[in-house]
Amino acid sequence: MKPRQVVIVTSGGANIASLQFALQRLEVASTVSADAEQIRAASHVILPGVGAAADAMARLRHSRLDVLIPTLRQPVLGICLGMQLLYEASQEGDARCLGIIPGSAKRFPPACARPVPHMGWNTLHIRRPSELLMGLADGDYAYFVHSYALQPSDATIASTDYGTPFSACVQWRNFYGAQFHPERSAAVGARLLKNFLAIN
Amino acid sequence: MDVRDGQVVKGVRFRDHRVVGGILELAARYRDEGADELVFYDISASPEGRGVDRSWITRVARTLDIPFCVAGGIRSVAQAEEILASGAEKISVNSPALEHPDLIDALSQRFGAQCVVVGVDSESFDHGYRVQQFTGDIERSRDTSRSTLDWVIEAQQRGAGEIVLNCMSSDGVRQGFDIVQLRAIREVCRVPLVASGGAGAVRHFAEVFQGAHVDAALAASVFHSGEIAIPDLKRRLHEAGIEVRL
Repeated sequence: MKPRQVVIVTSGGANIASLQFALQRLEVASTVSADAEQIRAASHVILPGVGAAADAMARLRHSRLDVLIPTLRQPVLGICLGMQLLYEASQEGDARCLGIIPGSAKRFPPACARPVPHMGWNTLHIRRPSELLMGLADGDYAYFVHSYALQPSDATIASTDYGTPFSACVQWRNFYGAQFHPERSAAVGARLLKNFLAIN
Repeated sequence: MDVRDGQVVKGVRFRDHRVVGGILELAARYRDEGADELVFYDISASPEGRGVDRSWITRVARTLDIPFCVAGGIRSVAQAEEILASGAEKISVNSPALEHPDLIDALSQRFGAQCVVVGVDSESFDHGYRVQQFTGDIERSRDTSRSTLDWVIEAQQRGAGEIVLNCMSSDGVRQGFDIVQLRAIREVCRVPLVASGGAGAVRHFAEVFQGAHVDAALAASVFHSGEIAIPDLKRRLHEAGIEVRL
C-alpha cells in the first residue's frame, strides 16, 4: 500500500535532494513544503535537517512550523538534525527545540581516537521492538554524520556506540527519529524508510 | 573514481589515463559490491582552471544509496553549494585550497566540517613529506615546498572534516599503501583520515588499517581491473579482526 501524501518539511537550508531520491527508489512521490495546510494534510511527514540546530529552529519559527509540528497526529519522522529538533533543546547554539520528546542534544565529549563529527558507518543495537525497525537486526550498519547526540532514554528504540551509547532511532507517540541518514544507509536505510511509510 | 569528460579513467602515477567505463555503470557496480563510500575526482578540472561538468552528479545521487564525495576544481562556496544540492554528501578540495586556504574556512562555516574534505597529494623526500599541486596534469604538476604535516594541521584548524592523503610515489603502482607516511600524518590528524594510493593486494588493506590506524582506505585500479573483489576484500578484513560493514 502506498502512503497517500508524503510531505518533506523544508524551511530552507536543509539539503533534501538525496532524501527525495531515496523515496523515488521506493517509488514514493513526495512534496517539499513549508506550508502549514499541506503539512497538516499529509499522511506522513518527514523533517530532515542539515546544519545547525539554532538556524533550523529560527527558520521553523519564521514559518510558524514550531507551533504546528508538535500538534501533528500523523506519523512524523525526524532525520539527523530533524530528530534532534523533536527534543526540548540542543546544546548547539543553545537552541530551544520543538519540545516533543523530553531531553536535549549534547555535543560528543572530546576523546582522542574518536573524532567529532561522528562520521561514517556504525552498528545499531535494537533496544525495543518498533514498527520502524521491522526487519532490522542488531549489528546492522547505518551511515551517521553528526556532532551532537541524544543520550538513550525512554524514547530510544535503537542505540549506537561512539565512545558512549546514544540514541540512533527513537519513537515517542507518533513521532519517530533516526540520527543516521537512511537515504545513504543502503538496504538498512531503505528498509527503515519503507517501515515508516507503512505506519498508519 | 577519476572522472574525465563524463567517463571514469585511470592512470599510473597520475599519468597516461585510459577509460575504464561509464560513471553511472561503475557507481552502480560498486554500490552493489558493497563499497562504503564513493569518491569522484574530476582530474582535469583544477589544472585547466575550470570547474567540473556537474550534470552527472544528480544522476549518481539518484543511483546511489551510499554516501559519495565530489572533487575537482571547486573554488567557491557557490560551486560547492551546487554540488551538495545535487545530492553529494561531501565536497573535496585540493589545489584551489593550496592557493587560497581561506576556502576551507568558508566552506566549513557555510556547510559544516562534515561536508568538507581536504585532499592532499604528498610526495616523500629525504627530509620529509611535501605537498604536490595540480597533479592531474603532467605539464603543471608541481612541488609546493609546503610540508605535508603542516598543511594537514592547518587544514584541520581551518575546518576540514576529513583528510584524504594520497601518497604519490605509491599511487597506481600497487606495492602497498605508504604506511610510514600515513602513520606520521595520523599522529597529527584528529579528523577521519583516508589512505589513498598503492593498494595492490588484500593484505595491503589489512596492513594500512592495522599499521597506520586510518579510518578508511581508498583504491581504484585494483577494483576497476577486478583483481580485488570488494565482497571478498571485506570478508577477509573481517576475518582479520578489522571492523567492516558486511
